[in-house]
Amino acid sequence: MSESTVISAKDLSLTFETADGPVHALSHIDLDVERGEFVSFIGPSGCGKTTLLRVIADLESPTGGDITVNGKTPEQARLDRAYGYVFQAAALYPWRTIAKNIALPLEIMGYSKSEQEARIAANLDLVNLTGFERKYPWQLSGGMQQRASIARALSFDPDLLLMDEPFGALDEIVRDHLNEQLLDLWAKTNKTVIFVTHSIPEAAFLSTKIVVMSPRPGRIHDIIESDLPRERTLDIRETPEFLAVAHRVREGLREGHSYEDEDA
Amino acid sequence: MRSSVGPVLVILAVIVAAWYAGAVYMNAQWQTGVFEREGVEPTAREFVTATWSQERPVLPAPHQVAVEIWQTTVEKKITSKRSLVYHAWVTLSSTLLGFLIGTGLGILLAVSIVHVRSLDMSLMPWVIASQTIPILAIAPMIIVVLAAIGITGLLPKAVISTYLSFFPVAVGMVKGLRSPDVINLDLMRTYNASAAQTFWKLRWPSALPYLFTSMKVAIAISLVGAIVGELPTGAVAGLGARLLTGSYYGQTIQIWSALFVAAFLAAVLVTIVGMAHRLVLRRMGMAA
Repeated sequence: MSESTVISAKDLSLTFETADGPVHALSHIDLDVERGEFVSFIGPSGCGKTTLLRVIADLESPTGGDITVNGKTPEQARLDRAYGYVFQAAALYPWRTIAKNIALPLEIMGYSKSEQEARIAANLDLVNLTGFERKYPWQLSGGMQQRASIARALSFDPDLLLMDEPFGALDEIVRDHLNEQLLDLWAKTNKTVIFVTHSIPEAAFLSTKIVVMSPRPGRIHDIIESDLPRERTLDIRETPEFLAVAHRVREGLREGHSYEDEDA
Repeated sequence: MRSSVGPVLVILAVIVAAWYAGAVYMNAQWQTGVFEREGVEPTAREFVTATWSQERPVLPAPHQVAVEIWQTTVEKKITSKRSLVYHAWVTLSSTLLGFLIGTGLGILLAVSIVHVRSLDMSLMPWVIASQTIPILAIAPMIIVVLAAIGITGLLPKAVISTYLSFFPVAVGMVKGLRSPDVINLDLMRTYNASAAQTFWKLRWPSALPYLFTSMKVAIAISLVGAIVGELPTGAVAGLGARLLTGSYYGQTIQIWSALFVAAFLAAVLVTIVGMAHRLVLRRMGMAA
């Protein structure tokens, strides 16, 4: 593990005890994420991709193995406010304007009023929502709401951005657009991004590293280092290099499934 | 709005008509006796008119109640012991005091129950048990016990209102404070927010719509509590006292007018809480 390692998981496991017996949500996960990477977790539902993200965020506790975030325990990292988390739903507070929603973490962390205003303006600009400060969430489209929630996650400038299927509920046209914007934002801010998705093109388009996971027990099936250039536009999806990455992801997902069938 | 006026008026007309018909039916027996003693053979018209103008009818006609309300509100000085405005004010003041204390107590209980797990298990059964006791049974004891320790007047009646009104607020607020989605609570956790921050920035605003809905119920039963509190004590003032003296002397018109004023008061109070509800939600940016 080097200085630039943000996340390091060794033999990580998480078993939920349920009435129907134990559920192995995560089993023997080994993973390193370096600073500045864009890592996608992809896999069918039940493969543990969201659970793994939640373990990194200290929203779940592992039952075995080791994991560090910035060289510390996930809990310490959370207490240090090391990451911004974007949920599947925008989860904006309906009684707060867009500006006030972005200010929420800043208020909690005790930023001064002037600092709050500067950061609200900067982050609205980053997600192209300048001019919507005084709007309430219900006055915005789903895509704009999710952009506002990204601005909220970035407002206190964490180095790590954890995103749990943030565009899953949006239509494909909006999703493509937001993917481009997200890459642009990633290039500008040099954040480390961990991105959970179940879309192959999305994972292949966004990532420098794709973690293919498979279910029952939730585990890593393949880790694909993408050698696509960091600067990308949607056109790259027509290139042979992109198609090769997407193909390998698809193969990995298929193998993960067939493995499960043999198991059963 | 406009399209609903027609049906409302039709229903009102049906109720009033049924009421007049009921007055004829209910008062007929006594009226027959009167005409027999006088040896008069009334026409149908005379008979009906007579049943609508008795001094102590079994069921007074609507206009008799209306006239009584008019005479005891508009035409009486407010300081008069026969003024319904005076009696309504006596009841209203203990209603409001009881409602305020009850709402405060309900919120306090809900906050404790939501935040302290052992209180959820230990307190909630008592809260529910408290409401299974008939208020008519416990009201005299509250008045007597408080009088024994020297507390009389407004407060004992308010205590009965409190006893009734804290319940819907407590139950509604427990639900309201627990209404935030897991996702919103997780969000606060990712910020490492304190329990107080989570409360004021998430739980409290989430619970406000529930609070106002509960308060609408609470203010109405606060009024019921204040009236009930006036009954067992032989109170000399308040709508409950009017009901009581009315029943002593068979003054059915007085009873009915007190009932109508109480109903009107309840409607006004619920409307005010409803308006506050809409106002607060609009100021919070949420359409009510």
